[in-house]
Amino acid sequence: MNETVSETVSDTLNTPADPRYAIGIDLGTTHSALSYVDLQASDGEKAVDAVLPIPQLTAPGTIEALPLLPSFLYLPHPDELPAGERALPWSDTEATTTPAIAGEMARSRGATTPIRLVSSAKSWLCHPGVDRRAAILPTDAPDEVARVSPLAASTHYLRHLRQAWNAAHPEAPFDQQSVTVTIPASFDPGARELTAEAARLAGFTPTLLEEPQAALYSWIQGSGGRWRKQVQPGDIILVVDVGGGTSDFSLIAILERDGKLEPHRVAVGDHILLGGDNMDLALAHFVARKLATNGTQLDAWQMRALTYGCRSAKEALLADANATTHPIVVPSRGSKLIGGSIRTELTRDEVTTFITDGFFPRVEASARPTVRARAGLTQLGLPYAQDAAITRHLAAFLARQAGATAELEGFSGRVTADHTFLHPSAVLFNGGVFKSGILAQRVMDTINDWLYMEGAEPARALEGADLDLAVARGAAYFSYARRGGGVRIRGGTARSYYVGVESSMPAIPGMEPPLEALCVAPFGMEEGGELELPGQEFGLVIGEPVTFRFFGSTTRRHDRIGDVLEFWGPDELHEMNAIQATLPADGRVAGDVVQVKLHALATDAGTLELLAVARDGQRWKIEFDVRTAAEA
Amino acid sequence: MTQQTNLPGFFSRLSIAFGALFKSLGDAEFAARVRDDGVGPTAGPATAPAPAPAPAVKPAPAPTPLRAPTPDSALQLLSLFQREARLIDFAHENLTSYSDADIGAAARVVHEGCARVLREHFTIEPVRSETEGARITLNEGFDAASVRLTGNVVGTAPFNGTLSHRGWRAASVTLPQLAERHDARVLAPAEVEL
Repeated sequence: MNETVSETVSDTLNTPADPRYAIGIDLGTTHSALSYVDLQASDGEKAVDAVLPIPQLTAPGTIEALPLLPSFLYLPHPDELPAGERALPWSDTEATTTPAIAGEMARSRGATTPIRLVSSAKSWLCHPGVDRRAAILPTDAPDEVARVSPLAASTHYLRHLRQAWNAAHPEAPFDQQSVTVTIPASFDPGARELTAEAARLAGFTPTLLEEPQAALYSWIQGSGGRWRKQVQPGDIILVVDVGGGTSDFSLIAILERDGKLEPHRVAVGDHILLGGDNMDLALAHFVARKLATNGTQLDAWQMRALTYGCRSAKEALLADANATTHPIVVPSRGSKLIGGSIRTELTRDEVTTFITDGFFPRVEASARPTVRARAGLTQLGLPYAQDAAITRHLAAFLARQAGATAELEGFSGRVTADHTFLHPSAVLFNGGVFKSGILAQRVMDTINDWLYMEGAEPARALEGADLDLAVARGAAYFSYARRGGGVRIRGGTARSYYVGVESSMPAIPGMEPPLEALCVAPFGMEEGGELELPGQEFGLVIGEPVTFRFFGSTTRRHDRIGDVLEFWGPDELHEMNAIQATLPADGRVAGDVVQVKLHALATDAGTLELLAVARDGQRWKIEFDVRTAAEA
Repeated sequence: MTQQTNLPGFFSRLSIAFGALFKSLGDAEFAARVRDDGVGPTAGPATAPAPAPAPAVKPAPAPTPLRAPTPDSALQLLSLFQREARLIDFAHENLTSYSDADIGAAARVVHEGCARVLREHFTIEPVRSETEGARITLNEGFDAASVRLTGNVVGTAPFNGTLSHRGWRAASVTLPQLAERHDARVLAPAEVEL
C-alpha cells in the first residue's frame, strides 16, 4: 500500500516565520513521543515544556490519549474492523482514512496476528540492503496483505503525531511551528534524508537532531541551570543511549569559550540494532524453554503474554537487589482463568546471567564485539547486532575514538600515547533500560575498571535524566535553543565522506584497479556550510545515471575536501549505499556531456547534501538513496 | 436537545416520553401536574422532565432528583477490568474445585491488571492523610460526605475519634473515549484463531 498525501504539503521553510511552539518529536524504533516548549512563556534557560498526550486506538472503537505512541502499524483485514471502530478523533470521513492503524492497538493486535504488523520501521529505514521506498513490510506477510514501505510507515507515525497536535492546538497549526525530529547519531546521510522526506510527506518540514544530543539537551534543561556546576571545561561526556531497538553512543566534550561552557559533540558510534526489546525477548525464550522441559508448550499468544511477564519480572528484579525471585503468570487464553494459567518464575541468577552478564558483561577495555561470518545465504532481514554485549560495543567505540579530542581547544595533552581508549569523565544514560540502577551501575563499574587500569580518575554518572521522554523533550528544547533561547551543542557533521574513484594505474589483467577514496565532505561541517571540491571536474552525461561507491568515516578528522586516500585502515572507512547522480534533460540535450563540480552542503535541517554544480551555476542533487534491485 | 452527561440518553428519554404520554392520557391529575410544571406541556408531551430513567415518572411534589447512571461508562470500566485483569473470567469461576496455589496464580493476573487500570484511569488518594489508628478531631462544619462517623455518635462538634479507615477519593478520572457507534455492551469480543 502506498500512502497518498491527502493534503498539499506546505513548502514553508524549516524555521517558520513566527512559531508559537517549539516541538520535538522522538521517532523511536518502538515508541514515539511529542514534547513542546511554549516560546511565548519561555525565557533564556527557563523553558516551559510539556508532553502532548497522543490520542490513539487502544481497542476497537476506543480512543485513549497516552504519552507515547507505540511505533507499530497494523494493516487490518477488510472484514476485521468496521470503519467506525477504527476512526480517530480527527478522521473526518471514514472513506479517506487509510485503513492502517498506528499505536497501542496496532501493537496488541499485531502480537496475535503478526503477518499484518509492521514493526521496527525505523530500523528498516536505515537498512542499506533494501529499497526503503518499496512496499516490503511486513516482510513475512502473505501476498494478499498490501504491504507498506519503511518510508510510508514512518510517514504514518509522523502524520498521526501532526494530527494529534492539530486536534489539541487548533490555534497553532503544526506546520507553522518549529519542529525537530530526532534520529540516531549513527544514521547515514541516506537514512537522514529519508527521515526528512517522511516528515515532508506527513505535511511539515523538520530539523533533524541526533538522539544522544537530545538526551543531553534534556538533561541541561532539566537541571534548571545547575548543569554548569555538574560539568567543567575539559569534561568528556559519554552518552549511552539504549532504546527499545537500538543502542547509540556519542561523545560530547565541554569547552569554554568567552567564559561560557559550550558542549561539542566530537564523535558518534556505529549503528547497533540491539535494545531493551531484545532483552525481554531473550528472557521470554529462555523461560519458554524452561517450561518446555516440563512439557508445557506455549503458542504465539501465550508467548506474548510471557514476554510482558518477563519484562515486569526483569524490571522488578533489576530494581531491587535483594529480591531473589519474581513470579510470572501466563494467563489462559480461554475464559477459564484459574485452571488454564501457567505459573512460573524468574530468578535473580537467571536475570543476572541473561541480562546483566549477557548484555552488559564486565569485559576488558580491549574487548571487541565478535563478528561471525554470515552464512552464504542469509534471509533478507534486519542486520541485528551479532554480539549482544553492549559493553563490548562500547569498548570498541571508545578505543576507535581514542584521538577524538586531541585537536580540541583546551584538551591538548590530556590524551597520551598509552591511552588505549578515550577516557570519558562523565556518563549520561538514556533509554528505559537504565531505569534499572543495577544495569547503569554495571556500565559505570565497567568503564571505571577500564579507567583505573590506565590510571585515570573514575567517571561520574550525571544525575537527573528523564529516561523515557528525554529525547522528545530535548528535541523541543533544541528547537527553542536554536532560536536563540538557550545552550547549543556544537559539532557539525559526525563523519567525513568519500567517493570511490579508480586509481589511474595501468591495468593489470585479472586484477581490479585499486580504489582510491576522494574526500567530498570533511568531518565537522557546521550547518549551513557549503564546500566546493577543488580542482576535480566530472563529466556527467545528461539523462544517464552515474553511480559512485560511497564511504564514510567516524574517525578521520583531518581529511579536507578534495584529499585523495590511497590507503586506509580496515576500520577507518565504512562503505555505505552507492550514491547516484542523474542529470535530467531540462533544457539540455540528452546524451550531452556536462562538466560539473561537486559541492557538499550541510543543511540547516541537519541533513548532508551532495550537489553537482555545472559551470553555469545549475545544481542537481546527488541521491543517497538509490533504488537498487534487491541484491543484498 | 443538548447532550449532557448527567441527563438521560436518547432511548431513556424516548421511554420517559412515552411513559408520560400514556400516563397523561389515562390520569388527569398527572396531566395537570405536567401542565403546571412549566417545562413540558406547552412544548408537547415528549419533553417531560426526567428524574430517573424508569418509564414511570415518580409524581412526587418535590422529588429529590436522582442522577441516572450512565451504563456506558460502567460497561467501559468492566471491559477494561476484563481486558487488563481478566476480572469477569475470574469472578465467573467456581473456586471450590481449585487449590489455593492455582487461585493464587490467577489472583496475580487479576491484582496486577486491576492495579494497572486504577493507576492509568484514576488518580486515587486517601481522604485523610493521617495514619490509621491516629486520634483526630473533626471541627464543626466538617464534610460529612467524606468522613463517616461511627460508634458513639452523640453531642456536638468538635468530635474526637480514632481514624479506622483513611477513605479513598478519586481526584481525577480519565476513561477512554468511545467511537459513536461502539457497542460498549461487548465487554470482551469472542476470539477465533484462524
